[in-house]
Amino acid sequence: MRASLESPKATPAEQSQAAGRAPSDALPLLRVLNVRKSYATPQGPVPVLKGVDLTLEAGSSLALLGESGSGKSTLLHLVGGLDEADGGEIILDGVRVTGQSDAERAALRRERVGIVFQQFNLVPSLTVAGNLAFQARLAGRFDADWQSELVRRLGLAGLEARYPEQLSGGQQQRVAIGRALAIRPRLLIADEPTGNLDEATGDEVLDLALDLIRRTGCGFLMVTHSTRLAARLNRQVTLASGVIAAS
Amino acid sequence: MSVRAIVVLFAITALAWGVERAGAGGFAGLGDSASGFADVVPGKSLSFPEDFGAHPDYRIEWWYVTANLKDADGNAYGVQWTLFRQALSPGPEREGWASQQVWMGHAAVTSAKEHRFAETLARGGIGQAGAKAHPFHAWIDDWSFVSTESANASGLGSTLLTAKGADFSYSLALKTGYAPALQGDNGYSRKSERGQASYYYSQPFFEVSGTLTLSGRSIAVTGQAWMDREWSSQPLAADQKGWDWFSLHLPGGDKLMLFQLRGADGDFYRAGSWIGADGRTSVLDAADIALTPLAQKDVAGRRLPISWKVVVKSRGLSIETKPLNAESWMATIFPYWEGPVRFSGSHAGVGYLEMTGY
Amino acid sequence: MNLATLVVGLAVATALWSGVQALNQQARTSYDRAAAVFGEAGARSIVSASGLFVPQETYVALRRAGWKVSPVLEGTVRIGGVSYRLIGVEPLTVSKGSPVAGLATGADLEGFLQAPGRTLVASETLAELGAVEGARPRTDGAHSLPPLVKADAVAPGLLVVDIGAAQEILGRPGQLTRLVADAADRHEEAHLVGIAGRTLRIEKAEEAGDLARLTDSFHLNLTAFGLLAFIVGLFIVHASIGLAFEQRLATLRTLRAVGAPLWLLLAVLVGEVVLLALVAGALGMIAGYLIAAALLPDVSASLSGLYGAHVGGHLVIEARWWLSGLGMALAGALLASAMSLFKVYRLPLLAVAKPLAWREAQHAQLLRQGVFAVLCLLIALAAFLWGRGLVAGFAVIAGVLLGAALLLPLGLVAVLRLGERQASGALAQWFWADTRQQLSGLSLALMALLLALSANVGVGTMVEGFRKTFTGWLDERLNSEIYFDASSIEDARFIESWLGGEPRVTAVLPVWKAETRIKGWPVDVYGTRDHATYRGHFSLLGHTDDAWDRVRDGGGALISEQLARRMGLALGSVISIPTPDSVWDIPVVGFYPDYGNPKGQVRVNVDHLTRHFRDARRTSYSLRVAPGAAPAVIQRMQAELGAKLARVVDQASLKAMSTRIFERTFAVTGALNTLTLIVSGIALFASLLTLSDLRLTQLAPVWALGVTRRRLADLEIGKLLVLAAITAVLAVPLGLVLAWCLVAIVNVQAFGWRLPFHVFPMQWVVILISALATAFLAAIIPVIRLQRTAPQDLMKVFANER
Repeated sequence: MRASLESPKATPAEQSQAAGRAPSDALPLLRVLNVRKSYATPQGPVPVLKGVDLTLEAGSSLALLGESGSGKSTLLHLVGGLDEADGGEIILDGVRVTGQSDAERAALRRERVGIVFQQFNLVPSLTVAGNLAFQARLAGRFDADWQSELVRRLGLAGLEARYPEQLSGGQQQRVAIGRALAIRPRLLIADEPTGNLDEATGDEVLDLALDLIRRTGCGFLMVTHSTRLAARLNRQVTLASGVIAAS
Repeated sequence: MSVRAIVVLFAITALAWGVERAGAGGFAGLGDSASGFADVVPGKSLSFPEDFGAHPDYRIEWWYVTANLKDADGNAYGVQWTLFRQALSPGPEREGWASQQVWMGHAAVTSAKEHRFAETLARGGIGQAGAKAHPFHAWIDDWSFVSTESANASGLGSTLLTAKGADFSYSLALKTGYAPALQGDNGYSRKSERGQASYYYSQPFFEVSGTLTLSGRSIAVTGQAWMDREWSSQPLAADQKGWDWFSLHLPGGDKLMLFQLRGADGDFYRAGSWIGADGRTSVLDAADIALTPLAQKDVAGRRLPISWKVVVKSRGLSIETKPLNAESWMATIFPYWEGPVRFSGSHAGVGYLEMTGY
Repeated sequence: MNLATLVVGLAVATALWSGVQALNQQARTSYDRAAAVFGEAGARSIVSASGLFVPQETYVALRRAGWKVSPVLEGTVRIGGVSYRLIGVEPLTVSKGSPVAGLATGADLEGFLQAPGRTLVASETLAELGAVEGARPRTDGAHSLPPLVKADAVAPGLLVVDIGAAQEILGRPGQLTRLVADAADRHEEAHLVGIAGRTLRIEKAEEAGDLARLTDSFHLNLTAFGLLAFIVGLFIVHASIGLAFEQRLATLRTLRAVGAPLWLLLAVLVGEVVLLALVAGALGMIAGYLIAAALLPDVSASLSGLYGAHVGGHLVIEARWWLSGLGMALAGALLASAMSLFKVYRLPLLAVAKPLAWREAQHAQLLRQGVFAVLCLLIALAAFLWGRGLVAGFAVIAGVLLGAALLLPLGLVAVLRLGERQASGALAQWFWADTRQQLSGLSLALMALLLALSANVGVGTMVEGFRKTFTGWLDERLNSEIYFDASSIEDARFIESWLGGEPRVTAVLPVWKAETRIKGWPVDVYGTRDHATYRGHFSLLGHTDDAWDRVRDGGGALISEQLARRMGLALGSVISIPTPDSVWDIPVVGFYPDYGNPKGQVRVNVDHLTRHFRDARRTSYSLRVAPGAAPAVIQRMQAELGAKLARVVDQASLKAMSTRIFERTFAVTGALNTLTLIVSGIALFASLLTLSDLRLTQLAPVWALGVTRRRLADLEIGKLLVLAAITAVLAVPLGLVLAWCLVAIVNVQAFGWRLPFHVFPMQWVVILISALATAFLAAIIPVIRLQRTAPQDLMKVFANER
């Protein structure tokens, strides 16, 4: 397992990606077991996740719902390798995420996870094309054909040379989605991806994202507080006070 | 006139530098020993023109002229011209800057309303100030007292007296046919019971004409002037604190000089002389003289007797003097009061009064 | 943290400025004390029209014509090899405003006037002489000074004696240097003619004070450095105030929304800036005092070595210094916050949710700066083409420096764009692109760094060039093995014949000297004998073919470069040298460098010198001796000549002494240079620190996309090193331009001589390394902070609305 991480090109995920389909018959794409997380505050540690279990099959989508502070974003971050869980186990695409080092988690994010944020969080110093290709090139798997397909499908044609500040919110979020999908991730995670967009644009962007997700066959985990949007995904899980309240 | 200036001169040493050297030994250390300087001894006869000039072997010396003048409208004025010399150390005079002689000049013009004065200092040895006997010339800076007689004449029969301050000036012709009047014992003038003395002669018979400038006005004046010449090496007794000095032009041409030296313990040393219109001098007995302060006035922060009752019993003189200008204060390095006075009583006339040590 | 950088920035800026001002003020106070010996500042003097002496008879004549003047004789005496200014005054006539009147408090007139007299000195001078009151130090000319008396109104380095004693000690009987007029004296110059013909003139107060005039350039240099440091410091303040306001925009907006009046907000903000400026200014003043106190020994050593000006060793602080320092701090802080305040004034009530449009902003900024830069450069060009004097020289420098600094971001952008284009990897491309974006926030700090670095290159080049030239010149100039002074002219004659019997001595060369003034400027006239020593080694900048022959025959003079420049003399021009009796006209046959000499110099044949200056100092000689024999000869001279020998020194010691003076002169410059570099480092540090919060939003996405914090930290350092390196590389040519301006414009204007321009590439390497070190040190803390940022803090970037 460790060896496979150090040479990502040889991972089974890599091979399966090359085949264009996820191995649906094997383990689930994501397995979250009894994950706990608390944050240090001046008043002492505050538990955010108190033992969460979750699974997600490849090619399927799941909406994480919940009030503010329910821990849904934290769960998303743990799954995406952005943060470290205090306990429990997260296995993504056959890789045990929990217990990984900083560098290992960076590699995980780089190579297997696509991330879309509410704030878009494009790299402001790079053009649209640069942003789209950024993660793919970091991961060493830039695919020009795939990139141009993304540009076309995301409706970004003609905007490649622009800088993020020259784009509208919807356009920026489409770039963010493109950037995340450019690496053909095993899992796409999104935190309120349409939160900063008006409803029509949000719907449009989500449509695009879902369409592309279907084409890549990756898993999709989205945090939202909108039941309307959540309904468009395969499954809905609601968190409350750090545990799964409804599924 | 007299010893008064001794103090002034000695004061240069200390006071020019802002140092009050008060305390024992009279003013400004006048009790200092005169060792090394020439002594003043009785019986020495003065000779002219030599004694018109400077006597550098003696410690101190002065040329002192006061004049009571009137303009065409009868307004009264007083003029003062004084040159002091002091030797800082005994011995033959050294050349150039090394000369031990120090000179000081005071000049003033007084009217009933105004009193203007100036002061200047000079080192000896370089020609900035000096006094020559023949032809007579005493000077400091651009002030001078100079003989205008022909080169072979040897008296003070005709002289020119000039001085200039920031806001006044004068140029006066002084003329007289009289010989100098020797004070005291043929020019030997005692200044205390203990033998302090000076050589002292006067020329009280000058007739004056000339102009003075005061506050930008040029005024033609005439009147009479009195010159005192005195030199000594240690004239004041250690306990003498100041003096009052009168030079008075009496009606009929007589002249009267009176002074009192005030001792620390309230006693006086008084002396005087009556110089007749014929030029003959009579020494007055101390007991014959009474000087009584009358009105007091605050001048320059000090309380001064500006009016006096003057009595010379033997001569039937009993007068009261009043200043022409009570504010005749000489705010020089060593300050004193010096100004014209007028008097009335048994006699009436004008003169000069000097008061120090108040 | 932001508050801390603000306070530190302002304090540091104020510290350097006020430190320099304190030094200047200290020196000027000393000069004023020196000048005020004769009377109130601004008193008029009557001096000789020919620039020589005023006869004493003229003084008496003027006094007797009613002029209220006092005689003064000034000169220099050496005691134990150190120069002191001796002033003879006449206490009876000296102006009442003169501190001399108060000098004698405790002393008496009689003691001052009468032999042996008194020498009034400052306590500093007493300490310098290593003497106690009442001592009578001997001058190198073998005169005993009158007994020393402490008088604190006397400036350090001055010896005040009676005029008579001064004439004796200086050997000038009957001569005076000036007559100082009493303030009450109202005579006009025209009245002089009637008394002394046309031999005298009235010198205006501003003409007087050679010291102030000679040292002006030195102080201008210090001031320029102080100002540079202050401006660099303001960069810091500007950056941190900007950020502080930026951070509070939301609060301000809210306050405005709930109805707080704009003027109140502005008043509160201005009040805050004022308060901060006063606190930071006060801290800076204290630091400035410490800096000044630390530098004072070097400054006074420089001034005394170069100009013979003595500056007191105790730093005296005046209220005016405090006010001006705090005023500068306040003005600087307000200036630095003006932009931010204006922003608040124009603050729209509702925030426009527009992401930071950095490129547009950068474009606009670059354009603005470009225009300003061109303006600055044009001003510099104009000053260069049409300007005259030292101020114009500094205007050129200021214009070039400011223009270049403003152009720096443009240059950096160009280089970075090139890098971006060349980069292949995603991270590499991001590295260049992001550096370019970061530039906007760092450009002020980088400009400060550029200024500091180019000042380093420029001054370093000048100082090194000076050192190289100077040591080479010393080798040529100090071509004899032994130099000595005899105690008197008789002793000199004796020694000369005695040396005739010393076989190891191959030549006895007189170096006789007379002092004069040409157009009011002090000039030394040296008389030497024709000898191969000079012909072979005395380097000339320009000369006629027969220069040495004409000097030998008395038909020509060599003059120093300073004198030639100042008087506009060319080869073949005739120089008019005032002598005690008349004026000596002699053609100029050559120029020679005379580095570091504030006076002018003329070299002529010794026989002609003594013919025109009967009172020339005939006691100095140089000796050529057989190789290696110098120590033995000196030993024998000291043993056998005893008191006849006032001073003897070998070439090596003389060189060492000259070099020491030189080193201390530039010690101050070096120290200020380093401090300026440190300030620019702080500016960089402050900018990085204030930027680090902003940086988080830039870095978080990259981190999220799979780059470790460690890697990001490395890249951050790398970016700054790249920027610093480019800045340093750009600083080198700028520094060379600066050096050229210093050497070719400022130096010529300030000192009257021009240095050959040398470049020292090794210095550039040092500069590059110090730039990188500065950048590294400035970056290390912010970067460590970044590396330690917890993931949840990084993720806040994604969650929180900004």
